[in-house]
Amino acid sequence: MAPLLELRDVEAAYGSVKALHGVSLRVNEGEVVAVLGANGAGKTTTLRAVSGLVGYTGAIAFEGRTIARPSPERVARLGIAHVPEGRGIFSELSVDENLRLGAYVRRNGSWKDERARVTGYFPWFERRRGQQAGTLSGGEQQMLALGRALIGRPRLLLLDEPSLGLAPIVVREIFSIVTRLNEEEGLSVLVVEQNARLALRAAARAYVLEVGRVALEGPSDELARNESVRRSYLGY
Amino acid sequence: MRVVRPVVTVLAVAAAVAAVFLTPRWVSDIDLAEMGVWFIAILGLNIVTGYTGQISLGHGAFMAAGGYATAILVADHGVRDLWTIPLAGLVGGLAGFVVGVPALRLTGLYLALVTFGLAVATPQLLKWDKIDGFTGGNGGIQLFNEDALLGKGFEDVEVLGHSLTFTRAVHYLTWAIAGALLLLAWLILRGAPGRAFRATRDSEIAAAASGVNLAAHKTAAFAISAFYAGVAGALYVIAAAFVSPDTFPVSLSLTLLVGAVVAGLGSLWGLVAGAAFITFADDLAENVSTAPGVPDTVYGLVLVVLVLLLPTGVAGGLRRLLSPLTSRL
Amino acid sequence: MPQSATDVADFAQQVVSGLSSGSIYASVALAIVIVYRSTGAVNFAQGEMATFTTFVAWTLVDHGLGYWGAFALTLLIAFAGGIVLERVLIRPVEDAPVLTVVILTIGLFIALNGLMNWIWSAQVRSFPPNRPFPTRTIDVGGVAISIQDIGIVAVTLALVFALYVLFQHTKVGLALRAAALDRDSSRLVGVRVGWMLALGWGLAAALGAVAGLFTAAAFPPLEPNMMRAVLIYAFAAAVLGGLTSPVGAVVGGLALGVTLNLLSAYVDFVGTQLRLPVALVLILGVLLVRPAGLFGRVAVRRV
Repeated sequence: MAPLLELRDVEAAYGSVKALHGVSLRVNEGEVVAVLGANGAGKTTTLRAVSGLVGYTGAIAFEGRTIARPSPERVARLGIAHVPEGRGIFSELSVDENLRLGAYVRRNGSWKDERARVTGYFPWFERRRGQQAGTLSGGEQQMLALGRALIGRPRLLLLDEPSLGLAPIVVREIFSIVTRLNEEEGLSVLVVEQNARLALRAAARAYVLEVGRVALEGPSDELARNESVRRSYLGY
Repeated sequence: MRVVRPVVTVLAVAAAVAAVFLTPRWVSDIDLAEMGVWFIAILGLNIVTGYTGQISLGHGAFMAAGGYATAILVADHGVRDLWTIPLAGLVGGLAGFVVGVPALRLTGLYLALVTFGLAVATPQLLKWDKIDGFTGGNGGIQLFNEDALLGKGFEDVEVLGHSLTFTRAVHYLTWAIAGALLLLAWLILRGAPGRAFRATRDSEIAAAASGVNLAAHKTAAFAISAFYAGVAGALYVIAAAFVSPDTFPVSLSLTLLVGAVVAGLGSLWGLVAGAAFITFADDLAENVSTAPGVPDTVYGLVLVVLVLLLPTGVAGGLRRLLSPLTSRL
Repeated sequence: MPQSATDVADFAQQVVSGLSSGSIYASVALAIVIVYRSTGAVNFAQGEMATFTTFVAWTLVDHGLGYWGAFALTLLIAFAGGIVLERVLIRPVEDAPVLTVVILTIGLFIALNGLMNWIWSAQVRSFPPNRPFPTRTIDVGGVAISIQDIGIVAVTLALVFALYVLFQHTKVGLALRAAALDRDSSRLVGVRVGWMLALGWGLAAALGAVAGLFTAAAFPPLEPNMMRAVLIYAFAAAVLGGLTSPVGAVVGGLALGVTLNLLSAYVDFVGTQLRLPVALVLILGVLLVRPAGLFGRVAVRRV
């Protein structure tokens, strides 16, 4: 069966600075895949290429079909939800309005039902519907971003550095929700993380990027067990 | 490479000098004097807009300041028109300083708003009846009415033993001053202040971090450019021998901006192109249609097209073509 | 302070007519805020666009269309025109520095002004020949209030309310707000940001058209430079209210209209000649003392 998402030799640059030198990776249906690596390795750029925020050469295929003329608007309509670095929520809008925007491209399903479904994972949404998103804590904002991504019932979730700037207990909670979503709803996830240990526990497979290239790939438990790999690439 | 630049500069200067003295018959002295005025004004505007990245839509007001200063000095106090020019420049510069001091607190957009307001408000302010006695109100000021100066304005002028018509004298005077001011600008912009100006334009934060006194430099740039505008205003008024509140309307400030954009914000080379554009576009537009409003339509469209196609103006385009030969001033 | 009944009546009249001219400033100020919020740039051509559409309305009436029919049609034309302008002229420089966009709008200002002079010539016209509102006055508690003033305020407030509903309670409105706040995040949820910006320009153009039509009615004649001063007043109102605040624009416009009227009437120094310089000083003052205006958000720029 064709992978849900496939990148083939993707190269991307910011102006004259090349960030990706030919990245190939795959996410199969129902998988959680992690992309690891040091700062500047190109992890975020990889996700941005998938969602069309940055131009690239090479091929990116979703559900077996190459994404032609990629743009974030088109990618969102394909069923890929991207939670960017920095969360990408609208701080001046309310929690509820942020969630509504998550459903912007969806026409089917009632709004109330979808919101109830997502609130199931984040019960506090109900209580704080009118609160301005900018006044939420970092962890709450991350959850809101996740909730917004989920409302549209995406087929693939792109998560960029969910642990950034958050307390460990919050990060664990977020990852446990991601795992729940994957197990209960079969949501496929491509997660970029600096915190390799956590990511490897949540993911089935992982790719390690170095200077814009895939340096290493494999099942996460193998990577986690390999001491030299851990020390040289994963920092622990 | 290093030999080429001075050669090109010398050639350019020689061409300019020749152009001043060998003007073709169909281009009148007044046209050229006018072009010189625009040259000086755009030069000043370029210092602020192009080099420091601040935008001024109100330089017509500074021209008005200089123009009125000259008119009042000549008409009411009998000062020889020539000597009023530096004074007019100073008046303009002072006005620029006054505007510049609060201006340094505003970001580019807000400065544009305020200077635009200045451009719109200045003609109205000049019509204020409470300062009529000073400004001559709606009727304006005639420069050479005083008995002592009667007719002086339009008689031939004696220069170095040669007799020149008034218009020709103004033409030479304007370009002589233009040349001097160009040199001055070149000196300023080559040196430390120029580097500071450019640094401010490119990144205020970085400039401040490297020790550039932002406030002082922004204000200085503004004041210097207003000085230039004041001089230009004085020359304009001398050539016309008249000034009124409507001599420097909003459209003038905007036209200056067009000229500066055509010239290429941030470069001294395209200035002649910009000045020429302002002077002669009117005439050329009239070949399209003699209906009123056509020149403005042309100006506006040129500006729009230039911004869309050539973000750095004519000079930028030229520079790209000639880049091995020349370097930025 | 007003003492006698006639004084009170005068005062009330000044306030009402101040609200009326203030409504015009508010419309243009709101247009400016809408464009500013979505593009970060001020559209210096907003006034000329308004005048242009008013001339279009004049032409429609001149060809036999009734005033209110022309009014409605002009709003549609303005709306469409605003969208086209954004897509054709502004889209290429969407991501360019703000000042580049500003220069472009200046070019538009100059071109539109010239175009109006060319097409319709600077000959003054009275518009409309058939007035939108009767210019007679009605008696409200002993004070003679112009029906036109009431009409202008009422229509403006109705439009503002309609826009409020659009922005706060519809999906499109939410998308408009999102696109103005954060383009990339909006794209990620599927909002077509480009079209939202165009829509913003369309709404702004329609608002401007209303302001232009009322200006021609309340402050004849209709001529190409008609909105010059109004634009400055609108800038002052927008700055006073806070460039990012639609509420501020409306409140600022109304407040400015009333204040200027009262100043002109009661402060001899200001009279009718210094209104514009007063507005300019106001802009400068607000920007220096409280750049965010009354309702705006402060963008901290520490250097």
